[in-house]
Amino acid sequence: MAKRILTALVGAAVMGIGTQAASGATLDDVKAKGFVQCGVNTGLAGFAAPDASGNWSGFDVDYCKAIAAAIFADGSKVKYTPTSAKERFPALQSGEVDVLARNTTWTINRDTALGFNFRPVNYYDGQGFMVRKSLNVKSALELSGAAVCVQTGTTTELNLADYFKSNNLQYNPVVFEKLEEVNAAYDAGRCDVYTTDQSGLYSLRLTLSKPDDHMILPEIISKEPLGPAVRQGDDQWFDIVSWTHYALIQAEEFGITQANVEEMKKSTNPDVQRFLGVEADTKIGTDLGLTNEWAVNVIKAVGNYGEVFDRNIGAGSPLKIERGLNALWNKGGIQYAPPVR
Amino acid sequence: MNTHQGTFVRASMIEGSAPPVAEGGVVHWLRENLFATPKDAVLTIVSLLALAWFVPPAIQWLFIDAAWTGGGRGVCATVAQGGSQPDGWSGACWAFVNAKLDQFAYGRYPLDERWRPTLVGILFVLFLVPMLIPKAPFKGINAILLFAVLPIISLILLPGGWFGLTFVETPLWGGLMVTLILSFVGIAVSLPLGILLALGRRSHMPVIKMLCTAFIELVRGIPLITVLFMASVMLPLFLPQGVTFDKFLRALIGVSLFASAYMAEVVRGGLQAIPKGQYEGADSLGLSFWQKMNLIVLPQALKLVIPGIVNTFIGLFKDTSLVSIIGMFDLLGIVRFNFTDANWASSVTPISGLIFAGFIFWLFCFGMSRYSGFMERVLDTAHKR
Repeated sequence: MAKRILTALVGAAVMGIGTQAASGATLDDVKAKGFVQCGVNTGLAGFAAPDASGNWSGFDVDYCKAIAAAIFADGSKVKYTPTSAKERFPALQSGEVDVLARNTTWTINRDTALGFNFRPVNYYDGQGFMVRKSLNVKSALELSGAAVCVQTGTTTELNLADYFKSNNLQYNPVVFEKLEEVNAAYDAGRCDVYTTDQSGLYSLRLTLSKPDDHMILPEIISKEPLGPAVRQGDDQWFDIVSWTHYALIQAEEFGITQANVEEMKKSTNPDVQRFLGVEADTKIGTDLGLTNEWAVNVIKAVGNYGEVFDRNIGAGSPLKIERGLNALWNKGGIQYAPPVR
Repeated sequence: MNTHQGTFVRASMIEGSAPPVAEGGVVHWLRENLFATPKDAVLTIVSLLALAWFVPPAIQWLFIDAAWTGGGRGVCATVAQGGSQPDGWSGACWAFVNAKLDQFAYGRYPLDERWRPTLVGILFVLFLVPMLIPKAPFKGINAILLFAVLPIISLILLPGGWFGLTFVETPLWGGLMVTLILSFVGIAVSLPLGILLALGRRSHMPVIKMLCTAFIELVRGIPLITVLFMASVMLPLFLPQGVTFDKFLRALIGVSLFASAYMAEVVRGGLQAIPKGQYEGADSLGLSFWQKMNLIVLPQALKLVIPGIVNTFIGLFKDTSLVSIIGMFDLLGIVRFNFTDANWASSVTPISGLIFAGFIFWLFCFGMSRYSGFMERVLDTAHKR
């Protein structure tokens, strides 16, 4: 993902001014204006991209819709602010957006110095390598002397340098400004290795002229936990954004889908009853500042986590990314929701 | 009275005979233009070879092998990539451009409301074309229609929000529509503002001169990208919480001011070229400052700098694509944005989209350039070569 160095610089420069804006009840503001202002990517296949009629769709976009549904019971009450890698942090700091769902990596610097809060990780990503099968390479440790295609100004580039240095390997970086230039260069054979986040490697594979000639090496050289970010200083809003994600996970765990959510309300399972707000005298939603039906509304709007994943980046999409780490905790992944009780 | 009757006197002129073969026709033209010297001959042959090497594959790729119709990435991807084209196929993916054409024109403007920008576009053409034809009458009314009435109509129609029109916020605008609005406003504002700044910079009044010079040097010294970035990202940080004004408006102001600074220097070049005698002549006639400028100096100065002015316009037109840095989708931005649609991901989609965007930009720029050439000839009363 495009994580530019400049972002941090700009972010740090404006921090003093930025944090002052980060107070007050975001939920009240959002309710008053009638929509959630959601910062998304300016375009990333599967995460935030245009559909056939030009509307926003994608994994991150569905998170925006889910948050809107939790508050308004209507997933369409979102306005999207496309933000470039440079713009995203100032946009959140200045209050131009209420939440940033923009495949942003959770790092300590962003969590502390930049004044943001991260909690749920909606997509566990990591940087990987793609090579031509004809190279007969089985591990990234055999890549000494390789020409590596990489997008400049990203943490990808920095991770690459760190990895090769720490393993005492030589490499020639072939850097480009734009993602499609990197893709074209790799496809044309100008470099032996392509490195970016794994989700990016999958979308790249769609555009290669001979996808079967390439393989993704097993090494993952960085942790890239992506998740929605909010400003520090508004715990209620932070809770709403976090629990929207947990509701999606919990729904998948319970087997509640967009199609059967109304039916599941009649379930006799007390956990499900509590989750869907049909338990007597429940305060499951009102404690969040929402209605008790909030989880139902979220699921009605976008489905459960599995459905969101599948539709946008998983098996149901051209990208066909495997669940991997993003499978539920009881299915071999690490997606886990705290108990709803 | 004609008394000569001799048969040796011809009554009519002899028909001119054809020039020798070597001095006319195709052969002569070839010899004169392509093979005049051995060096020319070599250059000609090399160029022809280069064309023969480049043009047929380009035509093959652009037209013959291209995928023209289809509803998804399948038509532009080979079997190995999960599509329907044979392996090793490569050709332009016009099906992608075709499917996204509406988006390229209007961005994400709501489908049901697209008649509004279309109507504004039609009015724009209706008002602009007679304005551009020197012989068309009613220039005064026409100018009012184009520069006063049309902006008001656009302001009502495009965002909407009154007279029962639904409100369409500017983040939904995009595509060619945004490119044209930005460049039209930029051009319409920068020319008069640039002239004023240029006059100000040559003024003898120290405050005006200093202010104009400072503005020009400041704005000209900053990259446009920085102006846009400041306007879009930094400005909200300095405004009180909750006070925002439209990002599109900010970009419009940024682009217009930026172009004005450049325009001012172009116009100043023209003003410097007018001999002092012209100014003194005007003064001796007792004309006021504005009469002098309007009647004597500016008509001559502007005519001189038409190439420079159009140069600035064309630069401005292309610079509008920088607004994609602040998350607005002009023509180029929306084309690139659509590369991320996984349903159209293929190895030829980006290049096809970029060729299309380049072609549209070229059309407009070439049009402006041709028109300026025409105007130069029309206005060329004193400096004919």
